[in-house]
Amino acid sequence: MEGRMSIGSIWLGGCSGCHMSFLDLDERLFQLLERADIVFSPLSDRRELPDALDVLLVEGAVALSGQAELLRDFRSRTRTVVAFGDCAVVGNVTAMRNHLDLTSMLRHTYGAEGARMGHDPAHHLPAMLDEVLPLHRVIDIDIFLPGCPPPADLIWYTVHELLEGRHPVIDEKRLRYG
Amino acid sequence: MAERRREILIDPVSRVEGHARISILFDERGAVSDARLHVTEYRGFEHFCRGRLVWEMPRLTSRICGVCPVSHSVTSARAGDDILAVAVPRTAEQLRRVLILAQWVQSHALSFFHLSSPDLLLGRETRAAERDFFAVMRDNAEFARRGIRLRKWGQDVIARIAGRRIHSDYAIPGGVARPLPERDRDIILDGLPEAHNTMRQALDIMKALLETRDGESEMAGNFPSLFMGLVGADGGLEYYDGHLRIMDAAGNILADGVDPRGYRDIIAEDTEPWSYLTFPYYAPLGRDAGMYRVGPLARLNVCAHTGSPKSDHELAEFRQRGGGRGPEHHSLLYHLARLIEVLFALERIEELLIDPETLRTDTLRSRAFSNRTQGIGVTEAPRGTLFHNYSAGSDGVITHVDLLIATAQNNLAMNRSIRQIAAHCIPRADTDVDERILNRIEAGIRSYDPCFSCSTHALGRMPMQIEFRTEEGRVLGRFSRTPR
Ligand code: SF4
Repeated sequence: MEGRMSIGSIWLGGCSGCHMSFLDLDERLFQLLERADIVFSPLSDRRELPDALDVLLVEGAVALSGQAELLRDFRSRTRTVVAFGDCAVVGNVTAMRNHLDLTSMLRHTYGAEGARMGHDPAHHLPAMLDEVLPLHRVIDIDIFLPGCPPPADLIWYTVHELLEGRHPVIDEKRLRYG
Repeated sequence: MAERRREILIDPVSRVEGHARISILFDERGAVSDARLHVTEYRGFEHFCRGRLVWEMPRLTSRICGVCPVSHSVTSARAGDDILAVAVPRTAEQLRRVLILAQWVQSHALSFFHLSSPDLLLGRETRAAERDFFAVMRDNAEFARRGIRLRKWGQDVIARIAGRRIHSDYAIPGGVARPLPERDRDIILDGLPEAHNTMRQALDIMKALLETRDGESEMAGNFPSLFMGLVGADGGLEYYDGHLRIMDAAGNILADGVDPRGYRDIIAEDTEPWSYLTFPYYAPLGRDAGMYRVGPLARLNVCAHTGSPKSDHELAEFRQRGGGRGPEHHSLLYHLARLIEVLFALERIEELLIDPETLRTDTLRSRAFSNRTQGIGVTEAPRGTLFHNYSAGSDGVITHVDLLIATAQNNLAMNRSIRQIAAHCIPRADTDVDERILNRIEAGIRSYDPCFSCSTHALGRMPMQIEFRTEEGRVLGRFSRTPR
């Protein structure tokens, strides 16, 4: 890849663990920053959506209203989208609520008004989706990076291959869920 | 609603673990009438964990939060111990203790270095595009490297004991899965001098910042509240066992020696339609007067001492800040409290690891089937007191789950902080609201190091937007922090 690579990351329905595993690159973060810029991340205050991204890591599954639109928007700006971790790849723990009735769940936690949570614009809350979706149900994915979370070494391998202009191979040797 | 003249929305709040929005409401005279922290997701653990086995719960609830997974898994294992009605072997308890303390180290390091240092070091005048840890890594590489290495050390302690850094299968009802090899113990101990060194520097930096920012701290969320935390039998700082102590704003102890199993008798919870995060309060005083804070500031306020020399020395100095007359209220002091707790954790980890008992390989797990229908586990997570409360059948199948999470317990106080900062920074309706004011409000929230992953979390529309609305909700104008 010519020049510096631009990397972004976002989190949808997940636990932040995949992002923490990214921080587990530890001192390798310095090496990464020598060749790439993290232009968009939950760790940064930058809020403008970059026009073009080389790589986007997406943690978590699509669980709330507005997230699918956001994901499509990011897809259109990004060359390589990585489904980052099991929630993004298969739904994982975030999707464990799929077999439950959302309305009774919300009523149970928030009382009689609970079922309306997320539906009044003045309250600034997104609504929970009936069905939590893994990313590939919403957009095309270039790289599936499983693991709960993916180990830092696997993240490093993936990012490093991309920096070298190669497509990372997540074969049996590296494939691990959970 | 009648008084709503104007509203400001900050969306999302950045550099917190998980996402949230803030809105600020104004009355017809243009003064701040309310401020709200909207936590924008609910994940439903309490519901989908029903039907799972009590032995699965630690690794399932670990996935509540990737920032403090150890706290959830150990607390869950403790609730499991209670359901099995077993005594955990001492070695297993000591290893669990080391894990919790290592979790404090890595999580507090994350909060101080990765998330808050851009505010503290780069100053709030810095442009948004330049204000993050990656900028600190570039401009202040040595400081950043130290922070990275401290967090790494904490994570490495966890990995050497539990097998991996995030979401291990290590803590189980009745004990732990494996012994700690002596070699790994020694490698952990070898890292301590550097960790102490880093803490010395971090403490110096933080104290110097507090000196120069005296005026600012006055508006960073400084108000009376109750405080709650675990203390040991002698009133010392405790994180794994012990009882609950609740202190009022003047330092009077309202409740002491409370068996954590009875937490539902003293803590009630309210809800609001504008946040998925609930609002716990101290039940005997009601929602307003019963607002309490948990976490580092609260723990250092309620305890008599830390019981370890270096951190006790710092605690004594900490208490002199307000003249030593009672608990500290500045939420900005959460940062300093966090650093003192790291020092405490380093001291305790050393004590625990040099005890030969910790290296025993014979008994690490007590085995039993389900002997009680209810089990409660409590620990001090990095952000405050964490409760896991399960009901189970005689087959060990979970029938009910109640989780009371640290960040929720600071919910009322976080809302109060935003309101105080907003009222201070935006005194009149025609005050120009610029980026610096918004940064202050966000930094006020970050001082609590809230973790919205823990109950919830989400991503809203990405660009920050500020909307001005009439009382009917008609949008008068929009302001984007970084207009597209
Ligand atoms: S894949 Fe695992 S670590 Fe990543 S967000 Fe989901 S639960 Fe958390």
